[in-house]
Amino acid sequence: MLEIRNLHAEIDGKKILNGLTLTVNDGEVAAIMGPNGSGKSTLSYVISGRAGYEVTDGEVLLDGVNLLELDAAERAAKGVFLAFQYPLEIPGVTTMTFLKACMNAQRKARGEAELSTPDFMKRVRAGADKLGVAQDMLRRALNVGFSGGEKKRMEILQMSLLEPTFAILDETDSGLDIDALRIVSEGVNALRDPKRGFLVITHYQRLLDYIVPDTVHVMSKGRIVKTGGKDLALELEQNGYRDYVGEAA
Amino acid sequence: MGTQKTAPQTPAEARITAEFLGARMTLPGTAAIGDLRDAAFEFFMESGLPTRRLEAWHYTDLRQSMREALPIAIAPAATAILGLGARLETLVPRIEGLDTIRVVVVDGHFIPGLSDVARLPQGVSLCSLSDALGTGDPALVAALCAGGQGVGDSALALNTAFMQGGIVLDVAADTDVGVPVEILSLCSGAQAQAVYGRSLVRLGAGARLTLIEADGMEDLRVEQRNCALVVEVGDGAAMEHVFIPAQLAAGSSQVAHLLCTLGAHAHFNSFTLARGGGLMRRQAFVRFEGEFANAQLAGASLLKGHDHFDTTLVVQHVAPNCVSREYFKFVLDGEATGVFQGKVSVAPGAQKTDGAMKSMAILLEDGASMNNKPELEIFADDVVCGHGATVAQLDEEQIFYAQARGLPRSEAESMLLEAFVDEATDRVENETLRETLTARIAAWLVARRG
Ligand SMILES: Nc1ncnc2c1ncn2[C@@H]1O[C@H](COP(=O)(O)OP(=O)(O)O)[C@@H](O)[C@H]1O
Ligand SMILES: [Mg+2]
Repeated sequence: MLEIRNLHAEIDGKKILNGLTLTVNDGEVAAIMGPNGSGKSTLSYVISGRAGYEVTDGEVLLDGVNLLELDAAERAAKGVFLAFQYPLEIPGVTTMTFLKACMNAQRKARGEAELSTPDFMKRVRAGADKLGVAQDMLRRALNVGFSGGEKKRMEILQMSLLEPTFAILDETDSGLDIDALRIVSEGVNALRDPKRGFLVITHYQRLLDYIVPDTVHVMSKGRIVKTGGKDLALELEQNGYRDYVGEAA
Repeated sequence: MGTQKTAPQTPAEARITAEFLGARMTLPGTAAIGDLRDAAFEFFMESGLPTRRLEAWHYTDLRQSMREALPIAIAPAATAILGLGARLETLVPRIEGLDTIRVVVVDGHFIPGLSDVARLPQGVSLCSLSDALGTGDPALVAALCAGGQGVGDSALALNTAFMQGGIVLDVAADTDVGVPVEILSLCSGAQAQAVYGRSLVRLGAGARLTLIEADGMEDLRVEQRNCALVVEVGDGAAMEHVFIPAQLAAGSSQVAHLLCTLGAHAHFNSFTLARGGGLMRRQAFVRFEGEFANAQLAGASLLKGHDHFDTTLVVQHVAPNCVSREYFKFVLDGEATGVFQGKVSVAPGAQKTDGAMKSMAILLEDGASMNNKPELEIFADDVVCGHGATVAQLDEEQIFYAQARGLPRSEAESMLLEAFVDEATDRVENETLRETLTARIAAWLVARRG
């Protein structure tokens, strides 16, 4: 269970999160919607431990563990996963090498044995097949020269291999055509699990037709201003954010 | 040379002078070689150790940093050689998966008894520099001078004055030395000393050779080393060269000269893996004397602490239609200093020259610094020459991405640095050597994390 209480965070002295409170239970898929600039990506970075943000108040707990005391790699080993809005290109590091290094680093941090190469290969092949990721892509440098859709698929492949307990998807739908959106969504839905929570960040309702959320939160100016069920997303689609943005002001 | 008034001798220069006078009569060679030594030493006396006031040594002030000069290395004692021989295979493990013909040099002196002399194939001859100097063969003297490349450099002049160790390796025309030759430099471990070696490698027309220059011991010792490798790549000959200099102890200095001439259609590919250790200058002089030759100089320099490593290149296109590539990567941690100076000059008439030079550095700490000075000097009109130099830091976004997937920061840094350096290592043609270099680079990166 992820619990965020009264979170205040700033960057370079600019306040971006203003007393954000949010709980996501195990097995729950929570969607966060909100206008551009409302702080959605910032929230995902603060949860996953990117440097440069100053948390001035509040707490973030995952299964009772204070994430704010851990560095990004430790949080990942604890089960936090962030699918980036803009996945990074890593020239010179093949996708295979990267995947293996990350999986083994997490296992090591948790005191588990390293994966054998055949075991690793088997898992990667199976995961890649499900997401329609071609084997030759795995031998290329990670994300270098990948299309937008390929990058997002690669994010979901990494998520499926790392088996997080809490996954954040930051605008995974942006830049995807309808086919890619379906493949990516199926990948996410396959990982829905009573022990795994999701925070699905999106600007558009469309993604939520494919990944149907349990709860929908509206974010504006760095806080949650409205919470509801999946119907809230449809309502936002029709009426826009105007009502809620006003509330936050 | 000039008669400019120079500063009074430093204690190190005075000691070098005393060493030369003391050793002069016992240094190997005929009277003609003696004259060569005297002329070189006279030039050294006029110019002194190189200082920052010379453009070519602007970033590496040897005069300033050499507080004292160490005594010149004497030939190692027979007992020391026996001792090294007994431990050779453990002292210097063989390169995994690569059979090599080993040539052992101790304190700068060639030791046939420890070398795989009998395994040299037909068409290859090997002798010590001293024996070669003893013949006074004018062709040999000319070859050792590499057509005057590096004249005017007082560090090279010192090497000429003192040269005593080293080997002369001749590969006859059309001979393919299938097994790589590995020159191992060992230290008898006696005292801190100054080692002056010069080796000559000549490839006849159409010959092929892979040459590795590596240092035996990874453990640190204080030494002053001034060594030169002279290479002649004949018409249509091909040579690959991998140089892994010693990691000497702090306070050491090392100047490693490479003097290379290429004939027509010749190919030369040289890679240097520097891992720091005191102050080091690698200076390479390459001259294209025949058409349609190509040469590549590449390197990876991994530096930390107070390491200072200088790569200085002088590439002269004299003949037309030749290709030169220079590609160097620097990783600088702590308060290390990197220097890249590359000068590509294209003589009038060297039309259709194709030259590209690149230096790329990553600084890991605020205290580290990189000095780049690429230069083109072009006197022909139909050429394609370019150069680029970059100094950057690791990309924090990439590091966070890897961290968010569970890689601890230090491992994420190593992964990115390895990828950065690999682009240089990839230029080594021999696959096994490439893997060996990659493994050593990975080991350095692990050690850096502490
Ligand atoms: N590094 C930064 N420095 C200064 N302001 C930033 C930085 N990153 C984001 N912001 C600002 O914070 C606000 C929220 O940004 P972001 O979290 O990316 O919003 P969203 O993902 O909801 O579009 C925006 O006004 C943005 O300009
Ligand atoms: Mg965003």
